[in-house]
Amino acid sequence: MAQIRIQNVRKEFGSFTAVASSSFTIEDGEFFMLLGPSGCGKTTTLRMMAGLDLPTSGQIFIDGEEVGQKRARARDIAFVFQMFALYPHMNVRRNISYPLFSQGMSRAEARAKVGEVAEILGITHILDRPVGGLSGGDRQRVALGRAIVRDPKAFFMDEPLGALDAEFRERMAEELRALHDRMRATTVYVTHDQLEAMQMGDKIVVMNHGVVEQFGAPQDIYDWPATRFVAAFIGAPAMNFLDFEGTVGRGATSLRLGDAEIAIPMSRDGRAGALTLGVRPEHIHLDPDAAYRGEVVAVEYMGTTQIVSLRTAHGALKARVPAGQRVAVGASVGLRFDARTLTVFDAANGRALISAANEKVLSHG
Amino acid sequence: MSFSVTEPSPVQKWIAGTLVVVYALITILPLVWIISTSFKSQNDAIAYPPELVSPVTLEGYVNLFSTRTRASAEDLAANPPETWYDEIAAERGTIIVGPSRFGERFLNSVIIGFGSTFLSVFLGTLAAYAFSRYKIPLKDDLLFFILSTRMMPPIAVAIPIFLMFRGLGLSDTHAGMILLYTAVNLSLSVWLLKGFIDEIPREYEEAALIDGYTRLQAFIKVVLPQAATGIASTAIFCLIFAWNEYAFAVLLTSGNAQTAPPFIPTIIGVGGQDWPAVAAGATIFLVPVMVFTILLRKHLLRGITFGAVRK
Repeated sequence: MAQIRIQNVRKEFGSFTAVASSSFTIEDGEFFMLLGPSGCGKTTTLRMMAGLDLPTSGQIFIDGEEVGQKRARARDIAFVFQMFALYPHMNVRRNISYPLFSQGMSRAEARAKVGEVAEILGITHILDRPVGGLSGGDRQRVALGRAIVRDPKAFFMDEPLGALDAEFRERMAEELRALHDRMRATTVYVTHDQLEAMQMGDKIVVMNHGVVEQFGAPQDIYDWPATRFVAAFIGAPAMNFLDFEGTVGRGATSLRLGDAEIAIPMSRDGRAGALTLGVRPEHIHLDPDAAYRGEVVAVEYMGTTQIVSLRTAHGALKARVPAGQRVAVGASVGLRFDARTLTVFDAANGRALISAANEKVLSHG
Repeated sequence: MSFSVTEPSPVQKWIAGTLVVVYALITILPLVWIISTSFKSQNDAIAYPPELVSPVTLEGYVNLFSTRTRASAEDLAANPPETWYDEIAAERGTIIVGPSRFGERFLNSVIIGFGSTFLSVFLGTLAAYAFSRYKIPLKDDLLFFILSTRMMPPIAVAIPIFLMFRGLGLSDTHAGMILLYTAVNLSLSVWLLKGFIDEIPREYEEAALIDGYTRLQAFIKVVLPQAATGIASTAIFCLIFAWNEYAFAVLLTSGNAQTAPPFIPTIIGVGGQDWPAVAAGATIFLVPVMVFTILLRKHLLRGITFGAVRK
């Protein structure tokens, strides 16, 4: 088990920069999510950590040892591929024991070890079957078995649930998390599914266009996004953005949105010009007395809540309000925002302004 | 991955069945003809109209494998036949004086055919793997160049090859013929095998690399078993070419390394129009490729990567 440190890692494929100078640290025993849209460099980052691709520059430390330019087999890590990559010409037992034979383990020892792993994963009954006929979930378990059988320093998983049907996915996600909690092995998990990342991860790195946008605990990232991209990528419906021209002074506790005065967490940054106010749907309340107004465009009933689509002077909004509240399409309603949850972004570069509320989260990210 | 097939109607089945049978008859008929001729006597073989059923004799095979001399009645009486083949020869008024050269020609075919097949597939697999997996400068140009060697019939360069072989002392040697057939087959095998190896997901090798194996080990233990289907079919194509090749064999081989194809027609000149012996030669000549194909049939028909990777 090990800590993994990525330092200024960069990867270029010809003239294309897949990963631009990424740095972050994965603590020993963490379940770590690499999250981002497809093509953002998350898989390349993982492959560099595993030694399947070599970084163009930068360093990768596993357990304090610099392994950036070392081959995969010298790194003592396990990798679970999206397509599982079970060796098709071997049965389940051979697949799981295959990493053991490269270490020169004896047949009897390997057999015992495979039995142990199969027990953990609940696949004892399929050990002697060919991998061809297995269900998606079982293939996933075999792939996991092959990974955990030799107690590697870390597990790397590349969208391991991506190839599964929706119903299996939920279950395997739980199994994976339970397995991790039991083994406490450092795990790096690549996904494009923000829900999966929030649900399973101890820590999340959000990447976009090869750049690390933010790095932190799921809750911190959700509440205090460092950039507009992160704010938009995480959460469904996404954070609302109200674009406006204005000024937020250092120490300001409110901003002017049209005619309305909106209270915000005390700003530590001063910025004037094109700004964006970010507000999560659940932090918008319909309040007849509020100065800021919007027109109801549509209402979606979700059970305990409803999603109200609104049109305002600064763009479209979605608000999540209790299902019991009566909302009429076409009506003009007052909107009140939870002051302590708001984030202001600089529209020019998409970065969040530092405020009293998010400074703790953003100062180390 | 779901597809639906409507059950064909009885009429469609009947038409399809008939077509298959007609096609099978057309392709099998020459084979049946050759094989049946090989078991006929010389007179029955040239009987007109042809006899569908005639007495079975091994005369053709005896003549194929032996050299005989015509003998008078006294000679035959003085040398009573000792074995069944002596007897067959005696019935035609001849005495076997020794073996023919068919055996060694056939052996030459086996050595050269299988030798060049092995070499073509071996080199082809390595090259195809490299082309499939590694970044190689000018890769596309190289592949095109390799293919371009087949853009004219190989025999078009017979004269330079003839001169080159004479200069290098490769004329009429097994090594020379193996090299020549390998050179001709290599482009086919590189291209065919590259296609097969491209189909094997890289993840398998990467999994093996992660599991602690070297690239070579990953290649041998993970890629090769999955390329087995491709290797088998490539080997069959290479063998069929090398086995049947006639023109170069006529040109470049004679006493030492001559293969069966140029030899078989010469049988006809030994003691008249000996069609059964020629047919026997052709029949025996068919056997190795048939056996080889049947042995590898399993690999040809079964895709062993079935279901291991979800697509």
